[in-house]
Amino acid sequence: MNMSPIDLREKAHWVWRETLAVHRRAPETRLASSLSSIEIFVALYYGGVLRFDPTQPLAEHRDRCVISKGHGSICMYPILADLGYFPLDELKRVCQTGSFLGGIPDPVIPGYETVNGSLGHGVGVATGMALGLKCKGSDRSVFVVSGDGELHEGANWEAIMFASQHKLDNLHLIIDDNRISMLGYTDDIVSHGSLSARLSAFGWDCLEVDGHDVAAVQAALLKMKKNRAGKPKALIARTLKGHGVPGLENAPLSHIMNPKPELIDSLLEQNP
Amino acid sequence: MSIKPLAMRDVLLDRIWRAMAEDAKIYFVSADFGSPVLDKIRADFPDRFVNVGIAEQNLINISAGLALEGYTVFAYAIAPFITMRCYEQIRVSLALLSEVRPMNVNLIGVGAGYSYVVSGPTHQCYEDLTLMRALPNFRVLSPSDHISAGALFDRCASTKGPKYLRFDAQVLPVIYENGAPDLDVGFHIHSTGKDVCLIATGYMLHTALNVAANLTAAGHSVGIIDLFDISNFAADQLQAVLSSYAGIVTLEEGFRGRGGVDSMFFEFIARRGLSTRMLNIGVEGGYRFELGSREELHEQVGIGPQSVLSSVTTFVQSLSD
Repeated sequence: MNMSPIDLREKAHWVWRETLAVHRRAPETRLASSLSSIEIFVALYYGGVLRFDPTQPLAEHRDRCVISKGHGSICMYPILADLGYFPLDELKRVCQTGSFLGGIPDPVIPGYETVNGSLGHGVGVATGMALGLKCKGSDRSVFVVSGDGELHEGANWEAIMFASQHKLDNLHLIIDDNRISMLGYTDDIVSHGSLSARLSAFGWDCLEVDGHDVAAVQAALLKMKKNRAGKPKALIARTLKGHGVPGLENAPLSHIMNPKPELIDSLLEQNP
Repeated sequence: MSIKPLAMRDVLLDRIWRAMAEDAKIYFVSADFGSPVLDKIRADFPDRFVNVGIAEQNLINISAGLALEGYTVFAYAIAPFITMRCYEQIRVSLALLSEVRPMNVNLIGVGAGYSYVVSGPTHQCYEDLTLMRALPNFRVLSPSDHISAGALFDRCASTKGPKYLRFDAQVLPVIYENGAPDLDVGFHIHSTGKDVCLIATGYMLHTALNVAANLTAAGHSVGIIDLFDISNFAADQLQAVLSSYAGIVTLEEGFRGRGGVDSMFFEFIARRGLSTRMLNIGVEGGYRFELGSREELHEQVGIGPQSVLSSVTTFVQSLSD
C-alpha cells in the first residue's frame, strides 16, 4: 500500500479520530503518547514503507515492525483493524473482558511482534532480528518505534552500539521524539540533547523530520529504507504528545492525563 | 577404563561446535566470555558467533531476536550475570514472549554456587535457582558432571522454549561413567535406602555421595538422588520413590530457605500429602567475603561434608525419636 500525501493525511486524521474514540470508551489506554506517533505508523503502514500481510502476520516475507513504545501505540488498534489484521468491531471492546486489545498492547494482538509493555526492550530484540535476517541472507527490513523517554533505559544503548558495530543497515529506529515522559519534559529529567548528534556519534545515519507531517515522514522512511550503506539508521520524528487535543498537547503531565469525555465528543464533532 | 573428568562447558561447547557444522540454524552468542573450545566455534563459524561485549541485557534481547528469526540460540556468560544482570530481559523477551511465539534460547551460565572460589560474592551464584525456577516456560537444568552436562545438548537442540543451564566452573569428578542419566525423568537414583534420602543438585551431589558413605558406615540406610532437571522432573515417579523414606534431605549450593530447591520440596511434600519429614541444606546466612578453598567456604556456610554429615546425622536420629 502506497498512498498519496493527501490520502495519508486523511488516513492520519481518521486514525486520530478512532484513537480518541477508543480512549473515550477505554480511558485506561494512554492517549497522549498514542497521539504523537500516529503519522509515524500511518506512514509505515500506508505509505509503502513496510511489507506486510494481514492474512499472515508472521509471514517470513514481511518486514518486521517492533513497537517498543507499547503504551503509546493505541493508534495501532484502528490501523491494524483497518488493514484487516482483525475485525473493526474489536475496537469497541478494548480493555473489556475477552478482548485481546488491552490498555498496553501484547503480542497476542495480530500484527504485534514482541512484548511492549515494559519499555526499553524493543531496540535490542529488533537488533537481534536484524542480525538474524542478515545471517540468513534475507533482504527484509526491521523497523522499531521507540519513544525518546524510553531511551533512558540503558539496554537500548547496548543495542545501539552493537548495531553499528555489526553494520546492521537493515535496522531502522524511529524515535517518537515528543520530549515528555511520565513526570515531565525529558529535557528536565535526563536530557538527550540532540538525539541526532548522539546517535550519529554512535555510528548511525540519522534523519530528522516533523513527525506530524505524514508526507515528510513517509519520504524520510522510504529514503532510509533504500539506503543500505553499512550503517543502522534512525529517524528522529519531532512530535507533540497529545497532538491535537487542547490541554493535553505538549502538557508535561499529559501521559497521565485523561481528557473529559465531553471534550473528546466535542473534538470528534468539530473535526469530522 | 575410567573417564577423564572435563569441564562441563567444554563438553557442551564441543557438542555445539559439532552440531553447528551440520545445522546452519544454530547461533552462539557470548557476553565476552570464552573457553578454549569456544575458540573453535569462533574460528569455524564466524557468521554464527557473536560477542555482544560485557552487555548481558543485550545478550538476552539479541538472543530473543535471533530466536524469533528461527535460530536455535546458545547464549553464554558467567552464571550470576546471565541470570541477574538481565533478569527483566529474561522475563519479558524469553519467558513471557515464548508464551506466544515459539523460540529456542538456551542460557549457559558458568559459575554455579561457589565454583568461582576466590572471586567473591559478585561472581559466586547462590540465588539463580530461586530466580530462574520462578519463571513460567523456563526449564532449569543443573548437571553434576560433564557427562550429564554434555547430554543436555540434545534436549536443548530438540526442545523449544527458554532454558537455563547451571554449570559448575570447576572440573568435577565423573559421576555417570556408564552413560548419561535419562533426561526425560529429570532425576537419577544413585542408591536406594530405607532411612533417609539425600536429594542433591549440581556440585552438591558430590557432597551427598561423600556424606552418604559416612552415614552408611555408621549403619544408616541412605538413598541418593541427583535432581538435574529442577523444573520438569517426573513428579509422580519421584513421589513414589520418596514415599518409602521417613526423611528426605535437600542439598543445594544456594541460599537456604530462600525459594530454591528446598522450597520446591517443602511445597512438593505439602501438595502431595507426603508424611515424610524434610531437612534443607543450603547456604546459611548472607554474603561473605572470607577466602579459602571451596570445601572451607562450604563448611563456613553449612554445606561442607562435615557440616552436612553432622546435620543429617542429627536429622536421622530425630526420625526415630
